[in-house]
Amino acid sequence: MGYRVFDWGWKFPSPLQTAEAFVDGFANGHLFGSILASMRRLLISFVISILLGTGLGFLFARFRFLDETFGFLVVALQTVPSIAWLPFAIIWFGLNDTSVIFITAIGATWTMSMASRTGIAQISKIHLRAARMMGTGNGLKLFYQVMLPAAFPHLITGVRVAWAFAWRALTAGELIGRGLGLGQTLQDSRDIGDTATLLCVVIIIALIGTISDHFCFKRLEDGIMVRFGLHAAKN
Amino acid sequence: MIEIEKVSKAFEQKQKKSYQVLDDVSFTIKQGEFVSLLGPSGCGKSTLLNLIAGFEKSYSGTIRVNGEPVKGPGAGKVVVFQEHGLFPWMNVLDNVAFGLKQQGIPKKKRYERALEGIKSVHLSKFIDRYPHELSGGMKQRVAIARALVMEPDILLMDEPFAALDEQTRYILQKDLEDIWLKTRKTVLFITHNIREAVLLSDRVLVMATQPGRIKKEFVIQAARPHQAGDPLIHHYENKIMETLTEELEKVVREEMGHDYRLEKNAVPSLPDHDLGIGI
Ligand SMILES: Nc1ncnc2c1ncn2[C@@H]1O[C@H](COP(=O)(O)OP(=O)(O)O)[C@@H](O)[C@H]1O
Ligand SMILES: [Mg+2]
Repeated sequence: MGYRVFDWGWKFPSPLQTAEAFVDGFANGHLFGSILASMRRLLISFVISILLGTGLGFLFARFRFLDETFGFLVVALQTVPSIAWLPFAIIWFGLNDTSVIFITAIGATWTMSMASRTGIAQISKIHLRAARMMGTGNGLKLFYQVMLPAAFPHLITGVRVAWAFAWRALTAGELIGRGLGLGQTLQDSRDIGDTATLLCVVIIIALIGTISDHFCFKRLEDGIMVRFGLHAAKN
Repeated sequence: MIEIEKVSKAFEQKQKKSYQVLDDVSFTIKQGEFVSLLGPSGCGKSTLLNLIAGFEKSYSGTIRVNGEPVKGPGAGKVVVFQEHGLFPWMNVLDNVAFGLKQQGIPKKKRYERALEGIKSVHLSKFIDRYPHELSGGMKQRVAIARALVMEPDILLMDEPFAALDEQTRYILQKDLEDIWLKTRKTVLFITHNIREAVLLSDRVLVMATQPGRIKKEFVIQAARPHQAGDPLIHHYENKIMETLTEELEKVVREEMGHDYRLEKNAVPSLPDHDLGIGI
């Protein structure tokens, strides 16, 4: 037993080793650079998928024939892990940032579009009628002044899930992609057997995911729910 | 002015023949008149109001508002819905100012006007509350303010007080009457409450059901403001009750089977009446 632990020692980094790798990584700027590069890709993909998903969802909610054809396809696409698109992406865009951004965006778009579709389909008829009666017309004004805010409780849930999906897709993509990033750091560290840095990166990924969800989206969601009177007021 | 001429409306139904909701409805509401539309639930009152409001398109006949055929929502007619329809993400002030915003009125100006409107329904203390923080009666007041600030010619109200308790309903009726006496808007008021209709209206149109038609018209010739204790008002209430009971019987028979009849004197508030006969 003791022998095994000793033998596998380098495979299971101690807290001290991990802390050391942490300090070193940040001291030489590599970890920080990776985080920045990953966040950049993540944010680009995230914005694309939120806009695209919301737009698609709106179209599905608005046009039944789209919903009955393409909408069904989206449900199927949603079940495909986005990393499965990477080979295609590499053929189309090459083994570069664009590919990683592509699969990250695709990982979050479908779930966002489903949330947006539900949110917009569930807007009460009376709100739409009230809006048109007050002169919003049927176009853009109605969309951003009434439909978007009315669908917000669903949209924000979609955004939260989309963020989590994007995070996963990004890490998976970066493992294979080239350049600087958290995923690449994982891969590089595996190549040289630097398990302490591996664990560091995993911890960083978990931290960023949790912190952003808790301090950003959860706050936003709670605020909106309270505003809409959907939460029984806290305490 | 609202002119309804030979309006019929049917809803298409899947695999069944279409359902005739309104059949050859004609009436006119004069400028500044307060008219109630009374009828059993399901007789097509809301459908008719939605046609006038411009929310529904397919129908036969003509509907003209101030001489112009109805093309869509807006244009001088506003609706107060039974379920208030306030936007939950906006506070009272923004809800009331929303219509003015659509007209491109600058912020300062529209808030001024909204505040005035809110004051007229006695809610000045609540301008920064959100709808879910208001009682049912307060929400309905906001809905009325939101409609009035747009300075419409025509106010369409679809059972606006139906979801309120007795006391609140009574106070809101009084307030609405005050507002109407001041502004003299043309009002089409839908209700299934006879007393409410008689107290508020110059004229009450009673609808027949399946299909919806205008069955009888009552001109309320009593001094304004109408008093609940006035024997004349009481007389109208009874007359309307008679007319309505026939329709209610029809609905009940439709739902419960053909052997069902409302007992004579089945309506507790009117013990001294022959119900369902004589019209
Ligand atoms: N969109 C619709 N499609 C089919 N039937 C409808 C629709 N809207 C209303 N109806 C039917 O038309 C009838 C009249 O409805 P409505 O005008 O709401 O009645 P009221 O307001 O008098 O209670 C009801 O039987 C209702 O079921
Ligand atoms: Mg109705």
